[in-house]
Amino acid sequence: MIGIIDYGMGNLFSVSKALERLDVPYCLTNDPEQLAECEGLILPGVGAFPDAMKSLEETGMKDFVLSKVGDGMPLLGICLGMQLLFDESDEGGMTEGLGLLPGSVVRFKGADSDGNRFKVPHMGWNHLDQHHPNSPILQNIEDGYVYFVHSYYVQAKQREDIIASAQYETEVPAVVGRANVFGAQFHPEKSGETGMTILRNFCDLVSKGGVEL
Amino acid sequence: MLTKRIIPCLDVKDGRVVKGIQFVQIRDAGDPVELATVYDEQGADELVFLDISASHEGRKTMIEVVREVAGTLAIPFTVGGGIGSLEDMRALLRAGADKVSLNSAAVRKPELITEGSDFFGAQCIVVAIDARYDESIGSWRVYTHGGRNATEWEVCDWAKHVVERGAGEILLTSMDQDGEKTGFDINLLKAVQQVVDVPVIASGGAGNAQHFVDVFKEADADAALAASIFHYKETSVQSVKGELKENGVHVR
Repeated sequence: MIGIIDYGMGNLFSVSKALERLDVPYCLTNDPEQLAECEGLILPGVGAFPDAMKSLEETGMKDFVLSKVGDGMPLLGICLGMQLLFDESDEGGMTEGLGLLPGSVVRFKGADSDGNRFKVPHMGWNHLDQHHPNSPILQNIEDGYVYFVHSYYVQAKQREDIIASAQYETEVPAVVGRANVFGAQFHPEKSGETGMTILRNFCDLVSKGGVEL
Repeated sequence: MLTKRIIPCLDVKDGRVVKGIQFVQIRDAGDPVELATVYDEQGADELVFLDISASHEGRKTMIEVVREVAGTLAIPFTVGGGIGSLEDMRALLRAGADKVSLNSAAVRKPELITEGSDFFGAQCIVVAIDARYDESIGSWRVYTHGGRNATEWEVCDWAKHVVERGAGEILLTSMDQDGEKTGFDINLLKAVQQVVDVPVIASGGAGNAQHFVDVFKEADADAALAASIFHYKETSVQSVKGELKENGVHVR
């Protein structure tokens, strides 16, 4: 069973429908008792970073997630949910994140170092450049495009944590991960076959009992 | 590298697709979910559903359509047509739409853009602009209500204004070109592209695959939308993308 964390942020409907299409049992809740019985967690999210952290704290989900992930439960953060995995974000003033992965979240500048213009948000289908093609989350993905929509991006402190990236005004971490913690900056549930494969990979990893720590 | 998007648009009335779309593989040519699936399989990057229902019941039916589409498709889609309040936006987004598109209501009540953007995020607020060239101002004038009502707005001023108010994307339709099938309005698109930093979707005038090449190469549009040439199978999303690739335009 996958637990989709419902903390009042974002489009949970599409994520849950995607799991239904994959025939993966799930629950959608913020009840820690119910979530504790799951084998893996998905942290979705659309909206602003500070609102999301506030909501995670108020619902008790912050402590819950940190404790469960510490015990080895696999976690997949999607879009804002991935950004929340990192130390901090400067969206709406500096806000502390979950700190599961080292790095910070910053806004796109709207131009590259040569002064070429890049629109914000980064919206649409971009190519997934795979840095760790052997990662369990990237199994059976060959040449894939995925759907992004975001105005802030992650600056990961550890190069190793970037499993795949996309090229925009700068290199944009697209899939991140370390041990049992994973994140996707794009929307796998909106990214056609490639996105569905990534979701399936996460669910497979969960059903196999996670990753060895 | 970010790809250029091809977006088929479906008109929906009382829960049924209108304008007689012709696909042999479809059992029910009026079923929005079946048609959406065909376009998804053809490689459409996104879809736009335009609700042209006039009645309250028709709009309620649209919510059901959105829910079904969201449950079936794994690509993003936008819903527009008759959205006049935060409540309308919430209902569509909750049902699974990725974006909502405001048109006449944005002109009548621009604060709606800000409210929607603050509440749901700029990424899901599209402002649809219908523009027609007006010699008296030497530029394009913004129209509402499907092109029936002229406004006081010049198109670039209005585009800048909606972005300041929080629009995350602009769907720009040329009323001069719409239905003509002689190509997108490159000059209009270039003018608006110069003044806004959010993605712009070109709409109105697509008649063949070359028109898509032109709109991406000459006007650098971020996406292009078309309805009838896809519905009437004058071309397909695949062949448009094939043509784009041959001409060096980056597509999925």
